[in-house]
Amino acid sequence: MSYAYTPGLKVKKFTLVSKQRILPIEGEVIVKEGDVISYDAVVARTHVPGDVNMIPLFYILGVEPYELPRVVLKKEGDTVQKGELLATTKSFFGLFKSEYRSKVGGTIELISDITGMIGIRDFPVPIDLTAYISGKVRQVIPNNGVIIQTPASFVQGIFRVGGERHGEIMEITEPHVELTTDMIDKSCAGKILVGGSLVTADFLKKAEAEGVKGVVTGGIRRVDLTKFLGYEMGVAITGHEQTGLTCIITEGFGKMTMAKHTYELLKSCEGRLASIDGATQIRAGVIRPEVIVPYKESEISDFKEEEDTLAEGMYPGTRVRIIRQPYFGAIGTVDSLPAELQQLESESWVRVMTVKLDDGRNVTVPRANVEIMEE
Amino acid sequence: MKPEEMEIMLATDCGSTTTKARLFRRIRGEYRFVCTGEAPTTVEAPYEDVTMGVRNAVREVEELSGIRLLSDKGIIVRGSTKEDGVDLYATTSSAGGGLQMMVFGVTKSITGESAERAALGGGAIVMDIVSTDDGVPLYKKVERTRQLRPDMVLVAGGTDGGAIPPVIQAVEILRIAEPKARFGAAYSLPVIFAGNREARKQVDETLKGRFALKIVDNLRPSVELENTDPARDAIQQLFMEHVMSHAPGYDRLMKWTDVPIMPTPMGEGMMFQTIARLRGINVIGVGLGGATTNVYSVFDGKFVRTVSANLGMSYSICNVLREATMQNIIRWMPFDIDEGTLGDILTDKMIRPTTIPQTLEELIVEHAVAREALRLGLAHHKFLARGLRGVRPPESLDDIFERRAAGTESYINMLRVNLIGGTGGLLSHAPRRVQSMTVLMDGFEPEGITRLVQDSVFMMPHLGVLSTVHSEAALEIFEKDCLVRLGTCIAPRGIPEREDGEIMNVEMTMPDGSTRTESLKLGDIIRVPLEFEEVAKVRITPNRECDVGEGPGQAVEVDVNGGVAGVILDARGRPLRTPTDRVEMKKLLLKWFRALDMYPKEALDRFEKEVG
Repeated sequence: MSYAYTPGLKVKKFTLVSKQRILPIEGEVIVKEGDVISYDAVVARTHVPGDVNMIPLFYILGVEPYELPRVVLKKEGDTVQKGELLATTKSFFGLFKSEYRSKVGGTIELISDITGMIGIRDFPVPIDLTAYISGKVRQVIPNNGVIIQTPASFVQGIFRVGGERHGEIMEITEPHVELTTDMIDKSCAGKILVGGSLVTADFLKKAEAEGVKGVVTGGIRRVDLTKFLGYEMGVAITGHEQTGLTCIITEGFGKMTMAKHTYELLKSCEGRLASIDGATQIRAGVIRPEVIVPYKESEISDFKEEEDTLAEGMYPGTRVRIIRQPYFGAIGTVDSLPAELQQLESESWVRVMTVKLDDGRNVTVPRANVEIMEE
Repeated sequence: MKPEEMEIMLATDCGSTTTKARLFRRIRGEYRFVCTGEAPTTVEAPYEDVTMGVRNAVREVEELSGIRLLSDKGIIVRGSTKEDGVDLYATTSSAGGGLQMMVFGVTKSITGESAERAALGGGAIVMDIVSTDDGVPLYKKVERTRQLRPDMVLVAGGTDGGAIPPVIQAVEILRIAEPKARFGAAYSLPVIFAGNREARKQVDETLKGRFALKIVDNLRPSVELENTDPARDAIQQLFMEHVMSHAPGYDRLMKWTDVPIMPTPMGEGMMFQTIARLRGINVIGVGLGGATTNVYSVFDGKFVRTVSANLGMSYSICNVLREATMQNIIRWMPFDIDEGTLGDILTDKMIRPTTIPQTLEELIVEHAVAREALRLGLAHHKFLARGLRGVRPPESLDDIFERRAAGTESYINMLRVNLIGGTGGLLSHAPRRVQSMTVLMDGFEPEGITRLVQDSVFMMPHLGVLSTVHSEAALEIFEKDCLVRLGTCIAPRGIPEREDGEIMNVEMTMPDGSTRTESLKLGDIIRVPLEFEEVAKVRITPNRECDVGEGPGQAVEVDVNGGVAGVILDARGRPLRTPTDRVEMKKLLLKWFRALDMYPKEALDRFEKEVG
């Protein structure tokens, strides 16, 4: 039997979450192994190089490009302040003089005697890297970052827009109910709202205006996503959207009742602080969005990590969710995995499985159209 | 081992979504395809080791073939005992998005375009083109260059002996921006300079110590001459030396393989070139993948390859929706579907790219998207498959009257394309071969008399890399197991003024001697069964406003080949125009689908009832 890496979504009451936090370029790590830190603590710091300004100095001064090294008062690698005299020329026995004062401060990276250009890089920009999740520093990666670990409740979604955020979990409605704007009031400010089967652009915009940090729900229509973002999404790489809140979809596109287990776990975390994270990237080696609700070690007396069933592949008895029509969203248990190819309604011959759905039906679906549920 | 001694060969393709293993073997003196194994590619997080996916795919082949292929060290290459393993292992790769390049040039339409052709020909996806004359402010060019993380950069610009400063300006932008390599932050980004040879010294001084610079012959030594081969060869070499060796797990995979890893599109392209060379014909090929659509043309011996980086059937399916528009996709569906639902179906496919259509409606949705991806991919290809810009050809009477700018039109004349070939999951997995033939016809709109073929189970890249070691085996397998002869399409170019008039008359003499005459009006389509290896003698008389290759109204007599879908007489007009009225279009689609026996009759009856 082949070992299959079937993508699935983790929904775990207790698991040990490790988060690697890495600077974009090398810098200084300012925490040490064993430190217990809060999600907003700065763990590492660096300076990223500034933007570059290319200036056609030969043109401004009216000189030939090859004359540039002679008229520029600095050399490559020197710093220059905004307003500082950078170049000067004299002509007609010194009677006429022109000069150039730098309009930006930074480091001179280029003085070209071929093109007559000068390149000044803005001063470096300091970057502080925060912990993102509360927990213990398990490992320091010298000059680069840290790995933070915490026991936590953990839910993976299927898709998300918006950046990293934190807030208290607040249940907003039952998993099968569509979210409506009248559900939002001032008490939602700073919270991560969970529940529901469908979120609209109007709901997201109102939530954003009320200071809601995040929404975790079952489904969204593409048309609403486009309306909320202001543009059509073409490729599933997200995480850099300029939105005021983060929206995580747990099931898929369209009206989709949030899986019972996901909803119940999130509901049980009501009032606890959660971190929502993870750019969505759909490619080989999928990256899915996550909801992490950390626990202090003192809160869990007999912590026992649940087994990672995703890595075990599919067998009769494995809990699965169907992820394509005509049974999209249905949850059940693998009944059998026949070896022979079978013909679908589309007339394709594929490897299939039979699934006993939770509503009692027994259905046949392509193996490619299910994902393992880790509960 | 000498190629002629090889008996068992294994090839894999590490695609962006799936790793595909194919086993080939000499059976009774003939090289044949044996079996296939597939598994998700594991080059990106959380696995970050391409060999895991390769092992999984090869394990399926092990199970099916009964031959032990894997050991702890990797793929078993047979020793003298010849008990386990293979005689050759080779692979192609487009994992992690393939080879991604940035191109720098001086003039966007001259050196920029030549450099783009060189990069695409080398198997790369061109992320961006920066040229000195593109009108973009300098700081924005620097900003754009900094944001991208290419695998490699190609700098062109200037003819040999021409002005040096514009070339150096392009190089200075690169130096200042210092883009970082996508894989392996610690290594120097490879840069190929293929511009003005007089500028080499200054280029070297400007980039020294910051990039891994390789200087090759100018790809545009004069305005009238394009020489992309040295740049293309350098791309191949650096792809192996720098890029692949830093991608996750590739250091190990490189040790497993007997020949250098080849970019997938390069392997595919080699096989399309092989068909064109062996038969002396003009060919258009397409690799319709999950993330990209690669189009290849060999026209009068000239090979061009383009990648539409964001047109694909899974990962990039929503980009097809965005670029083609909802209306253009929906027009290919014979049933009611609202735009919101279609948008949700496609976005779900994007976020769960490995799922497959279970219902017929969802299969038809994917076929609709494929037509549009092909249409857009060919348009992109034609844009680059054109004469050298900047060259003023001798003026002909046509030029004088039409005032055509030199090099602005594609040289690909669909009337002169002899064969169209397709590869990729959607085409290979089509339940009825006539579906893939129709998708290719609707996307590419062949004109005149065109044969259509497809890759049986997606093995063209595998055969491409195999051909670098054992061309005889690759060709034998290609002809016997890879190429599925779909059939021949006969479609006149043009649309008659009187839409109810005859567009062509076709007289066919079938292999059994019987004759068949068809008179087709605009909008008609007829499928004539004709088996593979059968030939029919055909006389086509087009309407005086239509052309099948010999000029408007000129009759053509020709032998046509059959295939699994037979011969399709397509009188829907070229260019293919579809009604904007949905009911009218649905009725027309149902007529075409019935004529072609494209989908199950019961389903078409159901759709017909809905249309009323």
